[in-house]
Amino acid sequence: MNEVRLRPPAEKTRRVTLLDIAIISVVVAVLVYTYYRVEHVLVYTWDWPLVFEYVIRVDEITGEIFPNLFLKGVAMTLRLAFWGTIIAAVIGIVMGLCRVSNNLFLKLGSRLYVELIRNIPPVVFIFVFYFFISSQIIPLLGLDRIEQTFSPGTLAVMEVLFGPTDLFNNFLAGLICLAVFEGAYITEIVRAGIQSIDKGQWEAARAIGLSRFRVLSDIIMPQALRTILPPLAGQFITLVKDSSIVSLISVQELTFLTQDVSNTTTHFFEAWMITAALYFMMCFPLAVLFQRFERFGLGIQRN
Amino acid sequence: MSDHTENKNSDPSRKELLKFVNVGKWYGDFCALWDINLTVHAGERVVVCGPSGSGKSTMIRCVNQLETFEAGEILIDGVVVQTDPKSLQTIRRKVGMVFQNFNLFPHITVIQNLMLGPIRNLKVSKKEAEERAMRYLEKVRIAEQAKKYPSQLSGGQQQRVAIARSLCMHPEVMLFDEPTSALDPEMISGVLDIMVELAEGGMTMMVVTHEMGFAKQVADTMVFMDHGEIVEVAPPNEFFTNPKSERTELFLSQILQH
Repeated sequence: MNEVRLRPPAEKTRRVTLLDIAIISVVVAVLVYTYYRVEHVLVYTWDWPLVFEYVIRVDEITGEIFPNLFLKGVAMTLRLAFWGTIIAAVIGIVMGLCRVSNNLFLKLGSRLYVELIRNIPPVVFIFVFYFFISSQIIPLLGLDRIEQTFSPGTLAVMEVLFGPTDLFNNFLAGLICLAVFEGAYITEIVRAGIQSIDKGQWEAARAIGLSRFRVLSDIIMPQALRTILPPLAGQFITLVKDSSIVSLISVQELTFLTQDVSNTTTHFFEAWMITAALYFMMCFPLAVLFQRFERFGLGIQRN
Repeated sequence: MSDHTENKNSDPSRKELLKFVNVGKWYGDFCALWDINLTVHAGERVVVCGPSGSGKSTMIRCVNQLETFEAGEILIDGVVVQTDPKSLQTIRRKVGMVFQNFNLFPHITVIQNLMLGPIRNLKVSKKEAEERAMRYLEKVRIAEQAKKYPSQLSGGQQQRVAIARSLCMHPEVMLFDEPTSALDPEMISGVLDIMVELAEGGMTMMVVTHEMGFAKQVADTMVFMDHGEIVEVAPPNEFFTNPKSERTELFLSQILQH
């Protein structure tokens, strides 16, 4: 009865294989060669301090520190991302529900929206849509006259939330473009999440007499949310990165201002490398955060 | 088929709770149900059997409109089944259903599973719904699991919760769609015991099952279906010993061999 159940010794696996060493060597070689090309063939003179001044500017006389163009761009990109995420999520959930609705009009409308956006390049969409919004919708809503309509106090708050008030229309146009664009992808994520729920859940919920609205709100959506969350998080990170396309319609976010800096200083490499690092610093923490969130929220209670 | 509609065994003075009249259903051109005529009286236990794909599940799912049908009509309590939201809510209050795969809601606890219907559909208070839920959980002998999530329960326990969830609506008739087919063998008897108790308590039941032992024990009426139609309706003693139709005989010989 009391036999000893010995586990056979595990086979040793080497952590670093020859293949790893080969790959690392190739990567190092490419980096060294690139550096050589830039330094000795292009004869590029690096000037990091010059470009760094565009991140933070120190007043030579008073010693005060001011955020310069890069950080202003980051602030604008974060504003776009924040509001864009909220609006895109609302659009996505509403349109996603329309996609699974029984109403033919809602279903087709939502389908049309998703297919139009998914099959037009973002840049083209932005130009077409921007022209429409800025020339029609913003004057219609009276948003081109906000400086006359709001008190200075309100304008100060709006400046924090939406950036410089003189560029408000411009920001708003960019924001709507971005949200409408990303909303289409979120619509698809929401639809897929709802449709991933077993048909039996609908049937059981209907069998105890829940209305269609209650089936969705009490049974389907809470479960779908768990399926939706990971791709949704990914989409929000994509939204932060995609916000760079609104630089095309002169919204003064990070990419737009980087073009300014690189043109003024002619130090393209430094400028764009700093911008790359800034985008990474915005997106990577988000990715880590969502991963945590996902593990924390989904650990238990899954079938 | 009309000679099958009246069940000689059932008491004609009891009211007709459920009545199928010439019901037909098609999936495209495929006929899933053809000319279904059947009456279930209050307190009657009807067991439906037949080969897979014969339309048993489809038939009982038509009652609470989980399936639509194209021909004929179904009457519940003498009222023709309508498909507008208000009537659907009424039907589903009167008709409870237990599924093959339990279909418990995995994101809420056992007791919340039971309370949802009464709160949302019957508009009872939260406190009353909770008391009612506990009463039925005790009835299916699972009260100690009330605060757990469905996935923490065994299949047999989950199915008993599903039965309790239906009972919480105080239905007039209970439909069972192969309630033991998805269970491990050792879990089956626990569920059947509950169903026998329900039957003894006078519940009107329509049960699709292959459990012939259960059928012999509780059924007032046996229904045999094949190819979307009702082939035979008979009391169990006649049905098992002296089936009228060859198809019934063949089916019984196949499933009773073991």
